[in-house]
Amino acid sequence: MSTYPLLSLAIWIPIFAGLVVLSTGGDRNAPLARMLSLIGAVAAFLVTIPLWTGFDIANGGMQFVELKSWIPRFNINYHLGVDGISMLFVVLNAFITIIVVAAGWEVIQTKVAQYNAAFLIMSGLMNGIFTSLDGVLFYVFFEASLIPLYLIIGVWGGPNRVYAAFKFFLYTLFGSLLFLIALMYLFIQSGGSFSILEWHKLPIGLGAQIWLFLAFLIAFAVKVPMWPVHTWLPDAHVEAPTGGSIVLAAIALKLGAYGFLRFSLPILPDASHELSGLIVALSLIAVVYIGFVALVQEDMKKLVAYSSIAHMGFVTLGFFMFSPMGVEGALVQMVSHGFVSGAMFFCIGVMYDRVHSRQIADYGGVVNKMPKFAALFMLFTMANAGLPATSGFVGEFMVILGAVKFNFWVAFAAASSMVIGAAYSLWMYKRVIFGDVANHHVEELSDINMREFAILGILAIATLWMGLYPQPFTEVMHASVNDLLRHVAISKIQ
Amino acid sequence: MFDNFVVPNLLPAAPEIFLAVMALAILMIDLLVKDSRRTVTFVLTQLTLIGCAAIQFATSTGEITYTFSNMFVDDLMSDLLKLFLYMTMVIVMFYSRGYIIDRESMNKGEYYVLALFATLGMMVMISANHFLTIYIGLELLSLSLYAMVAMNRDSVQSTEAAMKYFVLGALASGLLLYGMSMIYGATGTLEITGIAERLYGGGVNKSVMVFGLVFLVAGLAFKLGVVPFHMWIPDVYHGAPTSVTLLISSAPKLAAFAIVMRLLVNGLITMAADWQAMLIILSVLSMAIGNLAAIAQTNLKRMLAYSAISHMGFMLLGIVTGVVSGDARYALNAYSSAMFYVIAYVLMSAGTFGMILLMSRAGFEAEEIEDFKGLNKRSPWFAGIMLMLMFSMAGVPFFIGFFAKFSVLQAVVAAGYMWLAIVAVLFSLIGAFYYLRVVKVMYFDAPADDTPFAAPMDMRILISANGLAVAFLGIFPQVIMSLCAYALLRSL
Repeated sequence: MSTYPLLSLAIWIPIFAGLVVLSTGGDRNAPLARMLSLIGAVAAFLVTIPLWTGFDIANGGMQFVELKSWIPRFNINYHLGVDGISMLFVVLNAFITIIVVAAGWEVIQTKVAQYNAAFLIMSGLMNGIFTSLDGVLFYVFFEASLIPLYLIIGVWGGPNRVYAAFKFFLYTLFGSLLFLIALMYLFIQSGGSFSILEWHKLPIGLGAQIWLFLAFLIAFAVKVPMWPVHTWLPDAHVEAPTGGSIVLAAIALKLGAYGFLRFSLPILPDASHELSGLIVALSLIAVVYIGFVALVQEDMKKLVAYSSIAHMGFVTLGFFMFSPMGVEGALVQMVSHGFVSGAMFFCIGVMYDRVHSRQIADYGGVVNKMPKFAALFMLFTMANAGLPATSGFVGEFMVILGAVKFNFWVAFAAASSMVIGAAYSLWMYKRVIFGDVANHHVEELSDINMREFAILGILAIATLWMGLYPQPFTEVMHASVNDLLRHVAISKIQ
Repeated sequence: MFDNFVVPNLLPAAPEIFLAVMALAILMIDLLVKDSRRTVTFVLTQLTLIGCAAIQFATSTGEITYTFSNMFVDDLMSDLLKLFLYMTMVIVMFYSRGYIIDRESMNKGEYYVLALFATLGMMVMISANHFLTIYIGLELLSLSLYAMVAMNRDSVQSTEAAMKYFVLGALASGLLLYGMSMIYGATGTLEITGIAERLYGGGVNKSVMVFGLVFLVAGLAFKLGVVPFHMWIPDVYHGAPTSVTLLISSAPKLAAFAIVMRLLVNGLITMAADWQAMLIILSVLSMAIGNLAAIAQTNLKRMLAYSAISHMGFMLLGIVTGVVSGDARYALNAYSSAMFYVIAYVLMSAGTFGMILLMSRAGFEAEEIEDFKGLNKRSPWFAGIMLMLMFSMAGVPFFIGFFAKFSVLQAVVAAGYMWLAIVAVLFSLIGAFYYLRVVKVMYFDAPADDTPFAAPMDMRILISANGLAVAFLGIFPQVIMSLCAYALLRSL
């Protein structure tokens, strides 16, 4: 166990670095701003490494706990800690931040300091979400993280960015406001505590549980996003700059799913069982129907955005089958999706930077001009489709295995999505990469440079590592997931 | 002849007396000061306000002290509110200075003196324990403000706003007086604590009381500016010179909160069920109309006027949840949350109007939302300050506005009014839209105007401090929260 407040460092280093980057001012100092951002992101990543290496896999409870009084008036504490469920996301988040800073290195030429600062601050806030053990602290990070993303989409986004930014902000705010009321209700019921761990033990009647569950559901379903409240995501993705899309897909989508595990399941076990049918149904609709929607997209970013929704459907499906296989599979899927969707959006960004189009129809025969890129893009497309030996396979396979035990037809529907996933991913790849050179834009393409190669290479290693040897990822989860499921099996109704 | 004359204890009213003397002195001194040397008046005004704060500190006993035959009360709640009042007025005067120097008809000593008298009026309101004292304080405040709104006398808009303010304000005072007279008729006393005792004692004609209460609440609603008595707010905010709007939108909210507390809580707590029911309607309507109408505004001052209506509606939620079916267990929690809300709102409102003043210059009023276009290009620093203020107003963490909403909402939930909490957050969601629009204009749009700011350095520093305070107090709200709770605990 380390004596350093590692979690606080993981939260505040990027935020502080963001403020330092902001202070470099205008674009005159852009190179300095980039350098400082990279240093900040790497430093933040380095402090998260000991979380993984020093993690006690036999312990299912909270580790690296920090507890200080924050607002005694309402008994709100600065209470941080990670367990096997949240630890990987802190590391993933810090890792993705480096990728994002690197991804915007040459592409972003205006307001560089603000761009990088927004991402760094956002990264810190999201670490706060994953590590908060106090309801209000969680909420504060949860909602504050909307501000940087709102600005990222609105300032550096595409032509329809204003609409997308507003839609993103108001949609997610709507969900979280009802969540806030639910938190206050729990505060009153628990006799004046905002501690999430206390709430885990709090007995609540079924009626109240159902209402609370629905309030949580709105907040988290919007964030995940689940069908039918997913419509903000394609807009946000399409308009966001590449870095914004990467963060959105790789980290921000995980917040909602994480919320289910931290709040809905353990605090409201009976309602979770009662309403699991609803969640499973919504998840299957996301997996199958949204898969088909992805198939007909003409915009690459939209296609990957819809495929993200389908993949997140797997995650929520895995959670609400209440089996270790399902929950762990869902968690693996979340981490894997962080790598794969991040890489997919980066790949699209690479092409967009050169051609300034995201339409599939504007491409064709890219392999002739960008062979290295085509090879790496191939790997990520395969991972997106869930090909064995890539990380995408492990999670989906585990969830489907879990589903077979739960209900054959659920498993059947979920498994059919692997076919759909392969269809939309590979069909897009075929139309964009293969064939003859389609037009003069493609003719003028140059292959990826060292920076882009390095980013994609690292992501490729991560994807393959997780696909071939998922043990380091899954072993940290076991104890916590088992504890969680044991807890969820016990009724809270007295 | 003077046998019965006893010199009252002047100590509790020492800041008021000091301020009155100084205001008169400044009025005289200013006659000898040339227009170009008006700084003297400004400095004296600020010193007076700071002096008041010092006297307040020195004379505060922490006990509830009545004086002037129980017409005047000094308790911790009044001490705290007055300290925030002085602070707000100091900020307001700093922000106004550059603005009025650029506008000849306003750059008079009267501006400062009227502001001081308005402050005195608010102090009297805060410390009133008698209907007459409340009325005197209220009229002193209102009359000073009417004159200030009309000070830019060449402006048709300002004159019109002043007329409206005057006529509607007089009407509101009339309603308030009528309500007071009814209550006097029913209880036989004008003293607030006396009324409370009579009501406890029983035997008071209930229907006369309720009749009086309706008028009293209507009068208070006028002064707070909540729907359906809000009509004057948009026109006055819009028409008044921005520096006066800044004043109207900030400090008087503290005084209005105080008289609501004095009249309804100190005086008529036994009738809580009656006035709470009225205030719930006012509160929900204010949040609805305020937030919906703000969306349609293109003028920032008008938008902020509607936003003020919705904020006051939200604040009322804290007051209506004090007594739940005769049980006053949550009263302290609820009232202190409302008090915290008012203080937070005043801080945010001062900062926001300060930003409008900062952007204005001689012959140009930056009062349209469009005028903030591309502010991030012109000055990333002040765009950041405005961003914090807007998100704070919208109730997004880590800003003080979030904890203001948070504390009121938890009081509402604690009192069991779940539906009210849901209504409140849904209207805040609508409210978020127009605050976001200001951010959008600043960050997403290209600037239409590249003129550098003309504001003096002291104002720039102060407005930065104001913005940073909104963020800092959003991260560490504990101090003010517990001050409010403690002050009310010792005063109720």
